[in-house]
Amino acid sequence: MKAWLTALIALLCSGLALALGAAMLALPEFAVRLPGQVAANLDASGVAHPVTAVLLNFRGYDTLLEVAVLLLALLGVFALSRHASDHAHPAAPAHPVLQTLARLLAPLMVLVAGYLLWIGAYAPGGAFQAGAVLAAAGVLLRLAGLLPAWAQPGRLLRGGLALGLLVFLAVAVAGLPQGELLHYPPALASPLILLVEAGLTLSIGLTLAGLYLASAGWRQ
Amino acid sequence: MTDFLDPLPWLIMLPLAWGTLAFVLGPGRGGRLAVAAIALQGALALQLAGQLIDSGARVYAVGGWGAPLGIDLMADGLAAVMLLLTQAVALPLAVYARGYFAASPKGRELFWPFTGFLLAALNALFLSADLFNIYVTLELLGLAAVGLVAIAGGRQPVTAAMRYLFATLLGSGAWLLGVALIYGTYGSVSLAVLTPLIHAGAPLAVTLAAALMLAGLLLKTALFPFHFWLPPAHGGAPAPVSALLSALVIKATFYLALRLWLELFAPLTTVAAAQLLGVLGAAAILWGSVLALTQSRLKMLVAYSTVAQVGYLFLLFPLATLVPPGTADSALAGGVMQAVAHGLAKAAMFAATGSMIVATGRDDISRLGGVGARLPLTLFSFGLAGVTLMGLPPSGGFSAKWLLLGSALESGQWWWVVVMIVGGLLTAAYVFKVLRRAFLPRAAGDRVARVPRTLEFSAFALALASILLGLFGAPLLELLAVGREA
Amino acid sequence: MSAALLYALAGAALFAIGLAGLLLQPHLLRKILAFNILGSGVFLILVGLGQRDGTIDPVPQAMVLTGIVVAIAATALALALARQLLDLTGQMRLPEDRPDAEPADD
Repeated sequence: MKAWLTALIALLCSGLALALGAAMLALPEFAVRLPGQVAANLDASGVAHPVTAVLLNFRGYDTLLEVAVLLLALLGVFALSRHASDHAHPAAPAHPVLQTLARLLAPLMVLVAGYLLWIGAYAPGGAFQAGAVLAAAGVLLRLAGLLPAWAQPGRLLRGGLALGLLVFLAVAVAGLPQGELLHYPPALASPLILLVEAGLTLSIGLTLAGLYLASAGWRQ
Repeated sequence: MTDFLDPLPWLIMLPLAWGTLAFVLGPGRGGRLAVAAIALQGALALQLAGQLIDSGARVYAVGGWGAPLGIDLMADGLAAVMLLLTQAVALPLAVYARGYFAASPKGRELFWPFTGFLLAALNALFLSADLFNIYVTLELLGLAAVGLVAIAGGRQPVTAAMRYLFATLLGSGAWLLGVALIYGTYGSVSLAVLTPLIHAGAPLAVTLAAALMLAGLLLKTALFPFHFWLPPAHGGAPAPVSALLSALVIKATFYLALRLWLELFAPLTTVAAAQLLGVLGAAAILWGSVLALTQSRLKMLVAYSTVAQVGYLFLLFPLATLVPPGTADSALAGGVMQAVAHGLAKAAMFAATGSMIVATGRDDISRLGGVGARLPLTLFSFGLAGVTLMGLPPSGGFSAKWLLLGSALESGQWWWVVVMIVGGLLTAAYVFKVLRRAFLPRAAGDRVARVPRTLEFSAFALALASILLGLFGAPLLELLAVGREA
Repeated sequence: MSAALLYALAGAALFAIGLAGLLLQPHLLRKILAFNILGSGVFLILVGLGQRDGTIDPVPQAMVLTGIVVAIAATALALALARQLLDLTGQMRLPEDRPDAEPADD
């Protein structure tokens, strides 16, 4: 790239940073404050942790679309993996210590995922954290040579990947006769959120693991 | 409204559901489900439009919380027009895609799931009244579009998808920074809450946010000089994908730019900024048309034509900014009519192009001889779509350009008239370049096969709709006015 | 100046660094990393500015969690595309575009 263009881009980016900084130092008082509203409605949300309440109830619609975004990324990797030059790449043989360790750790990670899912209602945790731990277990098993790469997912696996989104969609439209989309009756909010989160944990775990496993068999 | 059959939420839930189910069904499956579901979506969009005409714009509080704690959806005339366009383009294209992938299976495995998510993202984006929620819909739309560009595989599509992904991520990054600045200034991301708060003396952070969000949208809409990613992405994908991307995806970000300009950031707009957008639009018209003329591949010609036609959309900004209300209304009507007319016509053109490529077995304008004799309906559809793009009466493109010309003359901005006339002539030149070749007799050694009739008829339906829009566009303009009484 | 505002200022710097990297670095892996730096900058600004008055605000925190998941999805797709491009071209950079040079339909 030409030197003058590099200099110009660097100059513009620095200018942007300075302008942003100047703008941040000259902000007025907030016109609207949401923390109070979140606290006031927390009892009706079905969970005790304010971030979880925002994620799965007040702004649960964002989360619904975000789950679709995650699945979409995996579909993109699958689309590419149809054209990858070499499938069925066997897992590299791993060191026996790593294999033993992975065998020990994987069940514990599943347990941790379950714990994270459960405490999400009142402490930091929830479906995404739990799913990430599940996915890490999958990646670990693959690195230890104990799990094959996904060439193309079978129907059972596709169902598992889609389950979280389908459960979420079903719960979302189940609220329609009584109120609006994603409306949880306060009495049922708690179990409904747990149901959605349980489905999401499984599907997010599979999806995140799949992002790695679906391309793990490509030619190195 | 607590009706289980309320069309508004179903317009978003239905495509998400069938997109996911199509994935579960398996590679290449789900086409019939998609056609049925899109037909249902079309009925829902019509029902929603009817509700709006009867009782005005609607606000829908997802989860029952209401803004600013929850997320609001909002349906007004502009949103309803875009929803109708989306379903009206998607239905014939879904019929087309079933035939196309039967004849040319490359990339069919995941087409339906991607399309379901793409349509869900479009419908959700048109209905959203929450800046952060719009960010999520933008990312859903961007990743679905990038995935569709990549489904055919191969060096050129994967390169185009990579470049498109960086462009779309940078665009949504700029949008999200704008959202962060707005939340940091006012403490809300709801359009209904923010609109009364923003006035001419807004803090620097809000001006920066407006500039960043608009720049991100221009990049995603591929307005000149941000058009670099569009021709390889739209020109390299399978024909039904190119049609969806050119007809609908870039319109979504244009729609957001328009909404921000006319509503949220209206107190901050200046004549100079509006003229700059108009100049970029004019440059896009001229540059895109000239490059379209120089292409040797048919799909690339049509893709560059999209670069040019995007330019017309942005002529609306100088014509609707700080001018008398009547002039602004007719400019808005013209710009939206152009978006609808181009959506229908470009979908028809890419569909017809795909049929010609299937028939001749190659994407080469100089080898089109014999197409006129063998695929007359397809070529006729291409020509009708060309009539709309040129802006000849009685097409929808004519109505659009007529409204834009009218407001240009009323506001004394004659230079846009010159741009539109030159652009129309250049459009005619590249459309006739294709037609002339296609009417020549078949060259020795070339083959022109027949294509399935669904391919021909679905392209024709789209082209015909783009013409009929000019004759029966009045109800659409009536719908557009819902929620816009100033 | 509150600590939260300091985070936001750091976020502004990160955004600018990420933007420059995305535009200037030709290597795809560096571009993808630059996009992540840019995204982290935005997340810091969102949380930092949202809490500049000293109250803890769960709404931007939840938005950032959503944003992180979207960024993971985008990064994964970008890495898969980059890796496929390496497979197809032998290079970790975007080739010069000459779409006319090779027909897409063969």
